[in-house]
Amino acid sequence: MRIRVDRGRCEGHGRCYALAPDLIEADELGNGREIGGGVVPPELETAAHRAFENCPEHAVVLEEAS
Amino acid sequence: MGRHPPVADWATDFDHTDEAWAQNPFPIWAELRRSCPVAHSDRYGGVWLPTRHDDVAAIAYDTDNFTSRSIIVTEYRPPDLSPRGGVPPISSDPPFHQGARRLLLAPFAPQAIARLESSTRAYCDELVDALRGRDVVDAAAEYAQHIPVRVIARMLGFPEEDAEVFRGFVDHVIEGVSLPIEQRIEGMGELFAYLRAQIEDHIERPRDDLTTYLLNAEMDGHPLEVGHVGGTIGLLLLAGIDTTWSAIGASLWHLAANPDDRARLVAEPELLPTALEELLRAYAPVTMARLVKHDIDWNGRAMKADEWVLLPFPAANRDPEEFEDADQVIIDREVNRHSAFGLGIHRCVGSHLARMELRVALEVWLRAFPVFGLADPDAVVWAGGQVRGPRRLPIRIG
Repeated sequence: MRIRVDRGRCEGHGRCYALAPDLIEADELGNGREIGGGVVPPELETAAHRAFENCPEHAVVLEEAS
Repeated sequence: MGRHPPVADWATDFDHTDEAWAQNPFPIWAELRRSCPVAHSDRYGGVWLPTRHDDVAAIAYDTDNFTSRSIIVTEYRPPDLSPRGGVPPISSDPPFHQGARRLLLAPFAPQAIARLESSTRAYCDELVDALRGRDVVDAAAEYAQHIPVRVIARMLGFPEEDAEVFRGFVDHVIEGVSLPIEQRIEGMGELFAYLRAQIEDHIERPRDDLTTYLLNAEMDGHPLEVGHVGGTIGLLLLAGIDTTWSAIGASLWHLAANPDDRARLVAEPELLPTALEELLRAYAPVTMARLVKHDIDWNGRAMKADEWVLLPFPAANRDPEEFEDADQVIIDREVNRHSAFGLGIHRCVGSHLARMELRVALEVWLRAFPVFGLADPDAVVWAGGQVRGPRRLPIRIG
């Protein structure tokens, strides 16, 4: 699984990096930014889903690795 | 309040400053969502009220048809100060908005806010120490209210002893929306005279604070106009105070009235960050507003230029189409896309500060007073209008 922040939608609510701090960090303006290219190791999939389910702007995107 | 006739019909004659809205707006919104999801009232020269999440969101995102030129509903229309508006960036529309907002993002980003946590905690400790030993305290007036005033004064580099003065401004600008225009203008004049004196003091004696930062800031290679700096400082002073005060107060009110939730948070303090989001969802204090830019047909509603549109994020947060068991407060709710801090380009720039203040305020309170309850539920006084929260909150701590 991969996680991605849609820069066009992100408004810096910060729910993603609060809920999945190993996957997303705050950039200097407080917007979300993927760590390590957005690769989600299996043990962090729950955290990835939490980030996805709590973004008010629907800016967190989850992609199943093909 | 009380200057307007009471509301007889919420679908055709609503008034967000009505006492019924202040005391318990949830059944009003639930009924409107079913029977009239985009209501209209002739009050305030024409005002619309969407109560469904998707409608509130659509208007918040639609900066082509709705302007942020003014965001507090009053009887009159403010002068057109576009593109900046009186209090940038909240009063600015694109494209000016983006640059004006960008200046504020770094000083309000989580990394910067984290540096304020220890002083905020020390101040909350001081406040609870002063309350110890009493039986009943007013958790709104003696605790919640003081925290954001002190924090924002420190950030701006204003004298902390001016707290009472700031509260007067907040009352006037945000809660005094029903006052006659002459009194509104007079009050704004006092606010801007105060800010002018603070700004002049900072020009003479620059310091490491937000006021000096804004005085040195540039947009498109030019220093900000003095009116821009004054407006932004006014915004930061006003917007951070009764909003955060309301969120802290409403959270304490909920925990005082719901002993199971209180006991669980005392036993499981690690649940607080999750619970705090649910309290923000359920008791979101802030309703924003827009003006209709030009006559439009908006999903079948004939909206006229210069009519107001209220954006009740607190109602959006209670929409059962968006949230399961929307009217229940579930402190371990895991899926929570609430919009307590707004949606779109005007997302509350102070949201990271507000969350820190709310978390620290609750942590300190729960540690100091693990057992507390409402002393007299009927004595709780809520402010309505666009910032809803308890203004009088007698809580038994002894």
